[in-house]
Amino acid sequence: MSDTHAHSVAFVRETEIPASPPPAAETGVVKWLRANLFATWANSLLTIVAIYVIYLILAGTLPWIANGIWNAGSLGECREILSGKVGACFAVLTERWPQLIYGFKYPTSEYWRPTLAFFLMLVALAPVLFFDLPRKLLIFTALFPFIAYWLIWGGTILTPILALAGFVGGFFVYQKFVKDSFALGAGGGALVALIIWVVGGWLIPDTANENAMLLAVPSRDLGGFMLNMMLGLTCVSLSIPLGIVLALGRQSHMPLIKGISVVFIEFIRGVPLITLLFVASVMLAYFFPPESTVDLFLRVVIMITMFSAAYIAEVIRGGLAALPKGQYEAADSLGLDYAQAMRLIILPQALKISIPGIVNIAVGLFKDTTLVSVISMFDILGMIRGPILASTEWNGVYWELLGFACVCFFITCYGISQYSQWLERRLATDHR
Amino acid sequence: MKKSVLFGAMTVAGVAAGVASAGTLDDVKARGKLNCGVTTGLVGFAAPDANGEWEGFDVGVCRAVAAAVLGDATAVEFVPTTGKTRFTALASGEIDVLARNTTWTFSRDVDLKFEFVGVNYYDGQGFMVPKELGVSSAKELDGATVCIQTGTTTELNLADFFRSNNMSYEPVPIETNAEAQQQYLAGACDVYTTDASGLASTRATFETPADHVLLPEIVSKEPLGPLVRHGDSEWGDVVRWTLNALITAEELGVSSANIADMSAAAGDNPEINRLLGTEGTLGEMLGLEADWAKKAIMAGGNYAELFEKNIGETTPIGLARGLNAQWTDGGLLYSPPFR
Repeated sequence: MSDTHAHSVAFVRETEIPASPPPAAETGVVKWLRANLFATWANSLLTIVAIYVIYLILAGTLPWIANGIWNAGSLGECREILSGKVGACFAVLTERWPQLIYGFKYPTSEYWRPTLAFFLMLVALAPVLFFDLPRKLLIFTALFPFIAYWLIWGGTILTPILALAGFVGGFFVYQKFVKDSFALGAGGGALVALIIWVVGGWLIPDTANENAMLLAVPSRDLGGFMLNMMLGLTCVSLSIPLGIVLALGRQSHMPLIKGISVVFIEFIRGVPLITLLFVASVMLAYFFPPESTVDLFLRVVIMITMFSAAYIAEVIRGGLAALPKGQYEAADSLGLDYAQAMRLIILPQALKISIPGIVNIAVGLFKDTTLVSVISMFDILGMIRGPILASTEWNGVYWELLGFACVCFFITCYGISQYSQWLERRLATDHR
Repeated sequence: MKKSVLFGAMTVAGVAAGVASAGTLDDVKARGKLNCGVTTGLVGFAAPDANGEWEGFDVGVCRAVAAAVLGDATAVEFVPTTGKTRFTALASGEIDVLARNTTWTFSRDVDLKFEFVGVNYYDGQGFMVPKELGVSSAKELDGATVCIQTGTTTELNLADFFRSNNMSYEPVPIETNAEAQQQYLAGACDVYTTDASGLASTRATFETPADHVLLPEIVSKEPLGPLVRHGDSEWGDVVRWTLNALITAEELGVSSANIADMSAAAGDNPEINRLLGTEGTLGEMLGLEADWAKKAIMAGGNYAELFEKNIGETTPIGLARGLNAQWTDGGLLYSPPFR
């Protein structure tokens, strides 16, 4: 080996050969194509078929969208402008978009109110959804329902203030007595709130709505996508706490509470939502005296909330059942009482497990709000199927309108689903 | 749970006063608004326009009643109802009158305890076929495939018609009118059958309406009219005679164009005088002002004007008067006399 020196052999390589580029077929786009699209002859065949199908779909829809008419007074005018060419008649959206968003009876001059409420909703939801934000923002979240109610329904500001006062009063009573007993605190709080509402209800004059700062808008005049959003948000935020209570109730050792929870959940789950909505809109009118009826929006909110609460309760029960028994025993051995054990140990874990299920139900509930169109409430689908398609100008425009509704719902539901995935990643504390 | 109580309190303002039992006419006057049930949307009969104003043939009846009772054609609260909720809304007192292209049938009148006050549109089931089929009569439809909405009386009428004419057909069941349009245009069926007014408005939305014909046969009776609750005959009279006033006005040649002149002073024709309140006390008998009928006619014109404006031959729907012409023109409109 000793004579292999630089001067005794013709050439010795002293530096490493620079890496040569990989073969063309093993790099970049070509490699990706080969690995993902044309790996085997079967895959190649499927790829070609898929590309052809995509081409067919795009060839059908793209000219239709690109040729779309955005300015016309009626479907007939659209057809005249197109004069035989393929094209969409988006003019119906430009002419009727306020109706699609706000319904056809919401006063035009008041559109800023629901819009403002929508943006305030984003602010109010932020601290609930992203818990890295300062906790003080939650104060605004607590006030938001009252502000939104006042903005959307208008009328006298005394009504939401009274409702708020009832809650604040009830909360203070609860705080005072909860140390002695939870039942005393909750019962006393509810009683005080009720007293404040009833007494306040007498004090507010019946004519208070007439000269209010904001024009009063009755529930019947709400509509469009706004109605879907309102129903969806209200019902989801009401049904999650109710669902937790029901799930805990179903696991309770007290036979009465357990019985009530089981009957409620099983009954509601055994009945289609549309039946409940018919009961809300049609049957309840028979039960109440003819002089007074509960507001239709409220009736629908109650029914949808009950419906989704029963499902959420079952999802959370699944989460509770997934926890090892040791967690319950650990809580007991620490000397925590029931409320503390649930709040500090059990529910945080059980709810985390239940997130995908709860979000699934929330998305389903949001889409189910379109069912209110069968009880003559004009949500976005009701607007399309009823007034807009029944107008002489726009009878016959289907794809454009329903496509618009699809886009609205897709944006919202996809947003919810993306948030839930982020939340799951954020809360993942295990070592998987 | 507490939160739903909150909403209970929050909607205190939304708790509406319903109908007391004093009598619908007094209630409407006290309320200052007429609650009128209409469809959630039917081309030409009732639909809100881009500004949210209701318009249509049935809407015209509501406005006429409001004008007659309250003197203001805009004092109407339109309550949209679906085919499923309409009767409950009327029975529970949510609405005062239902003007929602509802067919007058025995069971609705007697069993459901409603009172049909008259007929504002005589409809009937018809057939539509593509022109290229070369069919000129429904009797030539032997062996045809027929698009038909399931669960409606049209289905039974169709079966009856084909059986009594000893013909066979193949039904293509569909759920909604929208679906029917698509199926029919795609050629899934040779014939589409539903109410003639519905066929006409459907055809009006086609790209080439002239390529399709409505066959002359009408195979069922569908008298559509406004209705009220049983047991309040005074209110029923008000609605009935408001409708009759519109029909009589056409018969007597009173229209929204000439009504101002005719009602200024009593004229030569005593019936016109009685109708317009320049003579006699008909309004007082109904519990209304003397010029109630004048206001009703001025609200949207007489029957002919309402018809022409909303569903007549000048509109895209293009319905001919047909059965809905005055009895003097060979139609069925025949109002009892105003005396």
